[in-house]
Amino acid sequence: MNITEKILARAAGKKRVEPGEIVQARVDRALFHEKAGPGFFENFESLNTPIWDKDKVVVVADHAIPPSNVYSANCILETRAFVRKHDLKNFFMGKGICHQLMAEEGFVKPGLVIVGADSHTVTQGAFGAFATAVGSTEMAWILAKGSLWFRVPEAYHILVDGRLKEMVFGKDIILRVFGMLGMDGATYRTLEFAGSAINELSIDGRMAICNMVVDAGAKNGIIEPDAKTHEFLESLGVAGGEAFRSDTGAHYAKTFCLDASRLEPQVACPDSMDNVKNVREVENVKIDQAFIGTCTGGRLEDLRYAAMFFRKQPVHPDVMLVVTPASNRIYKQAITEGLIKTFIDAGAMVTNPNCGACGGGGMGVLGENEVCISTASRNTKGRMGHVSAQIYLGSAATVAASAVAGQVADPREIL
Amino acid sequence: MKKELRGRAWIFGDNVDTDCITPGKYENLPLPTLCQHCLEPLDAAFAREVAGGDVIIAGENFGCGSAREIAPRALKELKVGVVVAKSFARTFFRNAIAIGLPLLVSRDAAEKCRPKDVVTFDICSARITNMTANTVLSAEPIPRELYLVLSSGGLFPSLKKKRAKLQGTVGRKGGI
Repeated sequence: MNITEKILARAAGKKRVEPGEIVQARVDRALFHEKAGPGFFENFESLNTPIWDKDKVVVVADHAIPPSNVYSANCILETRAFVRKHDLKNFFMGKGICHQLMAEEGFVKPGLVIVGADSHTVTQGAFGAFATAVGSTEMAWILAKGSLWFRVPEAYHILVDGRLKEMVFGKDIILRVFGMLGMDGATYRTLEFAGSAINELSIDGRMAICNMVVDAGAKNGIIEPDAKTHEFLESLGVAGGEAFRSDTGAHYAKTFCLDASRLEPQVACPDSMDNVKNVREVENVKIDQAFIGTCTGGRLEDLRYAAMFFRKQPVHPDVMLVVTPASNRIYKQAITEGLIKTFIDAGAMVTNPNCGACGGGGMGVLGENEVCISTASRNTKGRMGHVSAQIYLGSAATVAASAVAGQVADPREIL
Repeated sequence: MKKELRGRAWIFGDNVDTDCITPGKYENLPLPTLCQHCLEPLDAAFAREVAGGDVIIAGENFGCGSAREIAPRALKELKVGVVVAKSFARTFFRNAIAIGLPLLVSRDAAEKCRPKDVVTFDICSARITNMTANTVLSAEPIPRELYLVLSSGGLFPSLKKKRAKLQGTVGRKGGI
């Protein structure tokens, strides 16, 4: 069996599972945020049943915080009331984006089944956990029962070998994979990443990869835990978990190989995530906004690389740069390292940690025909604001380079 | 769930994402108002002209992107009769079943239907017919377990139905 099959078998209390089989799996972590919760509170209360295991529930207010309108404010109020009523201890308000906090606050361990009412819950596959998304109604179901049905997914093996060039990151790997698979290329499947380039990646880089698998339709993404995983978790005081490894001869429906040593900085062009090109092939695209943030690209490594571009050069006068760290822990470390001062001195606006401009909810909404380059995960029509706005997606280095150049730019040519 | 229903076809392509079905920038609007912007980035006339029982026919990966449940909810609120697609994104599929929005997988409907064609459909038997073109379309039957949830109106209504049935049985036996 592969890692995902082993985790689902464990959670279903079975010796083995086969792709296509439907299993009832116990859920180890249930995550929801203030925009998903209010959609199920009423349903949950109508069951008149206690929460199955309060310690396993994580609630985060992160999507629009501080709120920019009455609706968002009410979502937070309703969520806080639910948290109080059910005495939920794992509640974080304005401390960071839920997928970052899941890792930082020690809720992730290898081998767990993690279900969240947010598509980017898949991020936690970076630690060898099975992590996937559901909607609000099924989240209410989980809170009551602590289990859910899953169809065991077929697996695609994505082998990335070779040494990455300078200024090429996990984000570039996953964008290239999108170019190969297409936006529906991994629907219902698990994407298992392996190879020397994946081993070499930082935890931040691995999280960026697993974070985006949902945007190729995948049910989950997963990376085998290694010494780096354990070191990261130990640094947070997290012990335990079960580090599953795929068996030699485990079944994969398809295997894709990617030569990391030949990969260049990538960019997904409007209006789809699989419209992927080498950055240097995208010429003369002037930008109005650059956005560094989100659960895909707002981590410390992203901020460190981005800041390198602004030490000597300011943000281009025609560009509005918004920087949104993914959590307060990242934000504080970035302050300590002087990164935030670098951004501000270069002309950026630095916001508090939240989902921000990514979903068009606030803190960087795009106007008519505005062009933006972003470290986020989605560039579909209207995602960040007006339907006519155009969104390019790249690594933090590519976005920072573009912010300096005033147009979509290859980071290797700017630094 | 009524056996055979009838509506006009609304045709969409591949990868219709939940950001297009219910754009995030309108999330602060109450559901009936939000519905006025449903699918706006792809077809501005849709929300204005869609009628109860109408049918959405799309290509691959319908409902991809964000897991937001408001997307199928908006289509249900607009009284869309059924969403027919070559394939669905998994969270949209699960959410649709959970809230009771009928959907069917059909490999050929998108090719065999044109905008505003009149279509009849029966969810239980997975039968879809294009009355305008007089063609029968292929469709995969919904697994029985999921059909029962759908026909009850979703996960919670089905649970309540089950509970009521259970209580009814207990009542007849005079309680435990």
